[in-house]
Amino acid sequence: MGLNLLIICYLFGSVTFILGLKMLSNPVSARRGNLIAATGMFVAIVGTIFLYRNTETGEHLHNYTWIFGGLIIGAIIGTMAARKVKMTAMPEMVSLFNGMGGACAALISLVEFNHLSKELLAGDTITFENIRTTVLIIVLGLIIGSVSFAGSMIAWGKLNGKVKDFSFPGQNILNLLLLAVALALGAYLVMYPTHTFLLYVILALALSYGVMFVMPIGGADMPVVISLLNSFTGVAAACGGFLYDNKVMLTGGILVGAAGTLLTILMCKAMNRSLKNVLIGSFGGNAKNAATGVGEHVAYKEISLSDAAMVMSYANKVMIVPGYGLAVAQAQHACHELEKLLIEKGVEVKYAIHPVAGRMPGHMNVLLAEADVSYEKLEEMEQANDEFKATDVVLILGANDVVNPAAKNDPASPIYGMPILEVELAKTVIVNKRSMKPGYAGIENELFSQPKTSMLFGDAKKVLQDLLIEIKKV
Amino acid sequence: MNILHWIFTNQQIIYIVILMIFVGIEVIGRVPSVLHTPLMSGANAIHGVVVIGAIIIMGKAEPGNYLALALGFLAVILGTLNVVGGFVVTDRMLEMFKVKKKNV
Repeated sequence: MGLNLLIICYLFGSVTFILGLKMLSNPVSARRGNLIAATGMFVAIVGTIFLYRNTETGEHLHNYTWIFGGLIIGAIIGTMAARKVKMTAMPEMVSLFNGMGGACAALISLVEFNHLSKELLAGDTITFENIRTTVLIIVLGLIIGSVSFAGSMIAWGKLNGKVKDFSFPGQNILNLLLLAVALALGAYLVMYPTHTFLLYVILALALSYGVMFVMPIGGADMPVVISLLNSFTGVAAACGGFLYDNKVMLTGGILVGAAGTLLTILMCKAMNRSLKNVLIGSFGGNAKNAATGVGEHVAYKEISLSDAAMVMSYANKVMIVPGYGLAVAQAQHACHELEKLLIEKGVEVKYAIHPVAGRMPGHMNVLLAEADVSYEKLEEMEQANDEFKATDVVLILGANDVVNPAAKNDPASPIYGMPILEVELAKTVIVNKRSMKPGYAGIENELFSQPKTSMLFGDAKKVLQDLLIEIKKV
Repeated sequence: MNILHWIFTNQQIIYIVILMIFVGIEVIGRVPSVLHTPLMSGANAIHGVVVIGAIIIMGKAEPGNYLALALGFLAVILGTLNVVGGFVVTDRMLEMFKVKKKNV
């Protein structure tokens, strides 16, 4: 009876996962989809705790104090961390949680192998033939889980600014070598499972591969890497499902593995890059970049509010490039006001939206839609780049890396190869920033020192409000 | 021969894996780029299902096996972090992404 109920719990869980993912890919139902998947997860976990029986002995689970202790500690820390984190730090939070899942999968493999090797040494009835599959799954779960854990930790550190890009010649080859050795040792262990210590060697190799794999990839590409590691953890979870013949782990894991892989590819497409390019491409942090560092001595010129208002009022066409700074200042409403005012004055106003503007893909579209900016005014990168030539004034609101011409001109730049908004094609560029500090990728932007560029320092919202007053006076 | 036998004994699982790969790809095939991040985060929470494995380990460990108990306990904590944190973060993200009222 109990086991039948458990199967129903698992079936329910699997269906909610599929349904949840489906609903998550539609803006209208996304939030409900997340809740539905969470419900299914809750049911599957509670079912496991109370209904699970050991397939060999038929025993219930024990050590409930430990189980609930772990669940409660995890739930409290998880909720607090997830609630406290700032909106702008979301990607690194996801990376951190993903790493936890990977570590969990790796730990399962460690414990299960330990268990298995004890039985082997005791010379139980199990034969080598029968356990090969189990060992294979354990090794796979360990490798994938550890790579995911180590990689996610590095990705988290990079997004935090704690870990810097690091690469050296031949790194890709060394990485492949690390992975190949880990896999070869894994295969050997499957053939000769008594060499238990090999598992720890594999663990060490997989962990270092995870670190080395993410190390050279630049900060701007981290969302793609996190998505990839996310699908890795999915596969690692599925290994656990295989191990325990547990259908909900298997379906959930494979589902995420497949969806995550596709999502990774879609994200790359949105950024106009190939996955290969992201992983082994030109994003390597070069020595030159490190040397550039944070310098505030770049020559630039400022523009006064009234001049900016004048220039924009008498323009034929103004393109607004919103970025992270606009999101932080919550200036989307003020921005919409400015747009309306300029249109009243007969100026054509459009928005140029970079796919990764605002740090999370799609962030800008949502913020502007919230302020009732009409959808037709939002131009995607390619359209916008065609229109800059015919644009009189580009107003950049807190965007930096996505308009940095170094991505096109400077092969040594860590963002080289990233598609950008080519704002320098326009006649005049006005940049609103809080200071001359470099942006997310931590590099200088030569756009700011170009003759056609002038700076308008200040908080995006404040500047826009003042600008509104000035334009009304014109 | 060996491989054929292996496929035979594990056919159920192989079916599930293959079907799930297609479902996974199909289900998110047309996600707009606006939702990439929340979807990633939601999927991240779903693979937290791995915590079930940790619970099983914990529940099966003999009381004297401190290594299994300690590692299992850690695994349960980490897995729960993944699940709970993942779903809460996704919800917060989607709260911000909430559907805007259409102006008519």
